Amino acid sequence: MSEEMLSTETLWFAIVAAMFAAYAVLDGFVFGAGILYVFVARTDAERQLVLKAIGPVWKGNEVWLVAGGGLLFLAFPKAFAAGFSGFYLALNLVLWCVILRGLSIAVRSHLDNPLWRTFWDAIFALSSLLLALIFGVALGNLIRGVPLSSDGQFFAALWTTFTPGPTPGILDWFTVLVGALTVAMLAVHGAHYLIMKTDADVRIRASRIADVGAWAVVFLAILTGSALLFVQSALWQRYVAHPVGFVLPLIAVVTWLTALACRRRRRDGAVFISWSLCILGLFGSVAWGLFPNLLMATEDATYSLTIHNSAASSDGLRLGLVWFPIGISLVLAYTVWVYWSFRGKVAQFSSEENYE
Amino acid sequence: MTSALFYDRLQFAFTATFHYLFPQLTMGLAALLLYLKSRAYWSRDTHYDEAAHFWTKIFALSFAFGVVTGIPLEFQFGMNWARFSTFAGGVIGQTLAMEGVFAFFLESTFLGLLLYGKKRLGPLVDWIATVMLFLGSWLSGFFILATNAWMQHPVAYAVDDVGAVHVTGLWGLLTNPWLVWQFAHTMTAAIVTGSFVMAAVGAYYLLSGIHLDQAKTFLRTGVVAAALANCLMLFPTGHHAALQVFEHQPIKGAAFEGHFHTEFGADLVLLGQPNMDTLTIDNPLVAPKMLSFIIHKHFGAEIKGLTDFPREDWPDTMPLLYYTYHIMVGLGSLFIPLMLTGVVLLWRGRLFQARWMLWTIMLMAPFPYIATTAGWMTAELGRQPWLVYGLFRTADGNSPLVGSGNVLFTLLGFLGLYLVLGLLFLFLLFQTVARGPAVPVGWSVNGRGAL
Ligand code: HDD
Ligand code: HEM
Ligand code: HEM
Repeated sequence: MSEEMLSTETLWFAIVAAMFAAYAVLDGFVFGAGILYVFVARTDAERQLVLKAIGPVWKGNEVWLVAGGGLLFLAFPKAFAAGFSGFYLALNLVLWCVILRGLSIAVRSHLDNPLWRTFWDAIFALSSLLLALIFGVALGNLIRGVPLSSDGQFFAALWTTFTPGPTPGILDWFTVLVGALTVAMLAVHGAHYLIMKTDADVRIRASRIADVGAWAVVFLAILTGSALLFVQSALWQRYVAHPVGFVLPLIAVVTWLTALACRRRRRDGAVFISWSLCILGLFGSVAWGLFPNLLMATEDATYSLTIHNSAASSDGLRLGLVWFPIGISLVLAYTVWVYWSFRGKVAQFSSEENYE
Repeated sequence: MTSALFYDRLQFAFTATFHYLFPQLTMGLAALLLYLKSRAYWSRDTHYDEAAHFWTKIFALSFAFGVVTGIPLEFQFGMNWARFSTFAGGVIGQTLAMEGVFAFFLESTFLGLLLYGKKRLGPLVDWIATVMLFLGSWLSGFFILATNAWMQHPVAYAVDDVGAVHVTGLWGLLTNPWLVWQFAHTMTAAIVTGSFVMAAVGAYYLLSGIHLDQAKTFLRTGVVAAALANCLMLFPTGHHAALQVFEHQPIKGAAFEGHFHTEFGADLVLLGQPNMDTLTIDNPLVAPKMLSFIIHKHFGAEIKGLTDFPREDWPDTMPLLYYTYHIMVGLGSLFIPLMLTGVVLLWRGRLFQARWMLWTIMLMAPFPYIATTAGWMTAELGRQPWLVYGLFRTADGNSPLVGSGNVLFTLLGFLGLYLVLGLLFLFLLFQTVARGPAVPVGWSVNGRGAL
C-alpha cells in the first residue's frame, strides 16, 4: 500500500484530480453566476455588472478544463480514450454548451439592441445550468461505474432504464441526483462570488439565494451520501480500509459550517473561500474513494481502468514531472496576481475601460 | 463510404479547418498588435493607442471564436480517435498538455488583463499584457505544431511491449526537424492573414473616405508586413517544407505535384487535372524539368512517381490533394507581386490615391484564409493513409464503439452550430469595422466598452 501511495502513477492521479478540482472551483463560480444570472440581475445595468465581475477571469478559469484534459491524456491515455469515447454523447453536449456559453459572454454586449441581449442572456443562463448539470452527472457516472468490457472500452447510452445496474445509461436517478447536488453547490458558489464582488440589489438577491441554497446543498448531500451506500459499495470499502480519508468529507462539513458562520458576520471573502474549500473537500472525497480506479467497471471489477493498467510509460510520466511543476508555478503566480489586481467590488459606473 | 471512420475523418477535418480560421488571425494580429502597442507605449502617441485599441477589439473577437472552436478538437482525440489516443498518448499527450499549461493559460489570463485592466493598471502593465498575449498565442501554435509535426514525422519515441508509443526525450520532440520549417511556414502564414486583414480594413476606410488618419496607418503597416511575410512564404519556408516532404514523404510529394511516373528531369505541373484512370495530367501546362531542379538543384535528377509505390499507400483523396496544393502555391505566387506593388506605390507616395490598388487589397482579404486552408489540407490529406506517418494507419485509429449513427449526429450538430458561428463572426466583424477606430466620446466615462 505505502508503495502504491508513493508511485509516480499516484502522483499523476493527484495532479489530474487537482486540475479538475481547480476547474470545479474556478469555473464553478462562473457557472453559478450563470445559473443565477437572470434571477439576481434584472436590469441591463445589473447584468453588465455580473458580466464585469466574471469578465477578466472566466477565460483563464476555463483553461483548467483544457489543461486538465491534456494532463489526463499525458498520464493515462487509455482512460482518456475510453472515458471520452464512452461518454461520447454527453461530452458532445458539453462541447456545444461550452461553445454557447463562451460566445454568449463574449458577444452579448456588442449590440445595444434589447432583443439581442435578452437572447444571449438566456443562452448564457441555460448553457451554464446544463454544463453544471452534465459535469455533475459525469461525476455521478465515475462514482457509479460504467459498463467497461474486457478490452477496456465502453459506450454509454444517454439513458437505459434510469436505474443503476450492470448496463446503466449516463442518466439514471443516482447520476441525476449528483447532478442536482452539483447545480446547487455551484449556484451557491456563484452567489457567494457575486456577494463578494457586487453591491446593492444584485448583492441582496444573491444573499437570499445563498442562504436558502446552503440548506438545499445539505439536503441533497445527505440524500446522495445515503444513496451511495446502495449504488456503490466500493467507495465505502475504500474508506473503511483507509480511514485517514475521512478527513476529506470532514473538511467539507467543517467548511460548510464556517461558510455559514462567516455569512452571519458578513465576511464575504471568507465565505467565498470556505465554500471553495467545501467544494474541494467533496471533490477530494470522491477522488479518495475512487483511487486507484479511474473508471470503475459495473460488470466485472477486474475490467476497471486503474492508474496501473492505463498509465503511460514511466519515462513519459517522469518527463512530465520535469516540466509540469515549472509550468504550473508560473500559472499560479500570474493567476493569483490577476485575481489580486481585480480584487474588490466591481462598480456599475466607473471610469474603467473594458471591451466586452 | 458511410462507415464511422468516414464520418470521424470528415468531422475532424471540418472542425479543425473551421477552428484554424480564427487562430491564424489572432496569431497574426498578436504580432502586429505588439508593434502598434509598442509604438504607442514608447512614443506616448494617442494615434497608435487608438489603432491598438481598435485591433484589440478585433483580436478579442477572433480569440473568443478560436477558443470555443479549439476545445472540441482536443476532446475529439479521445472521443473519436480512441485507438489512436491509446496508441499515441504517450507522446502527443506531452505536447498537448504542455500547450495547455504553458500557452493557453498565458493567453487567456492576459487577455482578461488586457481587456479590463488598462485604466486600472496603467500603460506598462497593458504593454506587458500584450507581450504575454503574443507569447501565449505563438506558443500555442508551437506546441500544437509540435504535435502535428510528430504525426508527420515521428521522432524521439519508442514502442513499448503493449504496442503503444512513448516519448524518449522532450528535447527531441520539441526540436523535431520537421517542426522547424512547419513552424516558420505556418507562423509566417499567420502574419500574412493578419496583415492582409489590416490592410484591407485600411483600404476600405480610404475608399469610403472615412477615418483617413487611421486608415493610412493600417494600410502602411499591413502592406509592408504582408510583402515581407509573403516573400518568406515562398522562400525559404515553403521551399523547405516541400523539400522535407520529398525527403521523408515521397508519396505525398508525388501526389500533390501530380507526378505519376518516375522520371529523370521531371516537369513541374503548373495547371491541369489529374486523370485517375490513365494516371496522367489532362490539359497540362508544365515548366520543363523544373520539379527536378527545385527539389535536387539539378535538371536531370530523378523524381519518384506515384506508380512506383503500392497503391494502398497513396493518399486516398489524390485529386483533391493535388488541387489544394496548387491553390496554395498559386495564391502564394500571386500575393508576392501584388504586395510588392503595394510597397512600391507606398514608397512613391501614391498608394493612398491608387483606387484600383485599394480595391484589390480590400477584396484580397479572404484569400490568405483560402491559402492556409488549402495548405493544411495538403499536409493532412497528403499524410493519409497514415495517422502517424509510417507507424499507424488512420483506419486503425477511430473509436471502436462509437457507431456511425452517433458520429453523423454530432457531425451534423457541428455543421449547424458552426454555420451559425461563422455568420455571427462575420456580422460582428463588419459591425466592429463599421463603428471604426475612433474611441467614442464618453467611452471611458461610463465604463461601457465600444463593442
Ligand atoms: C498564406 C498562406 C500560405 C501560402 C501563401 C503558402 N503556404 Fe504553404 N502552407 C500553409 C500556408 C501557406 C500552411 C497553412 O501554413 C501549411 C499547412 C501545414 C503547414 O505546416 O503549413 C502549409 C503547408 C505547406 C506544405 C505541406 C507541408 C506538409 O505536407 O506537411 C508545403 C509543401 C508548402 N506549404 C509549400 C508552400 C509553397 C512552395 C508556397 C509558395 C508560395 C506556399 N506553401 C505558400
Ligand atoms: C488547424 C489546422 C488543421 C487543419 C485545417 C487540418 C485539416 C485536417 C484534414 C482536412 C483532415 C482529414 C484528412 C482525411 O481524413 O483525409 C485532418 C485529419 C486529422 N488531423 Fe488535421 N488539420 C489541422 C491541424 C491538425 C493538428 C495540429 C493536428 C494534431 C495535433 C491534427 C490532427 C489530425 C487528426 C488526428 C486527424 C484525423 C485522422 C485523419 O484523418 O488523418 N490536425 N486534419
Ligand atoms: C487540430 C488540432 C488542434 C487542437 C486540438 C487545438 C486545440 C485548441 C484548444 C483546446 C484551444 C482553446 C484554448 C483555450 O481554452 O484557451 C485552442 C485555441 C487556439 N489554438 Fe488551437 N488547436 C488545434 C489546431 C491549431 C493550430 C494548427 C494552431 C496554430 C498553428 C492553433 C492555435 C491556436 C491558438 C493561437 C488558440 C488561441 C485562440 C485563438 O487564438 O483563436 N490551433 N486550440
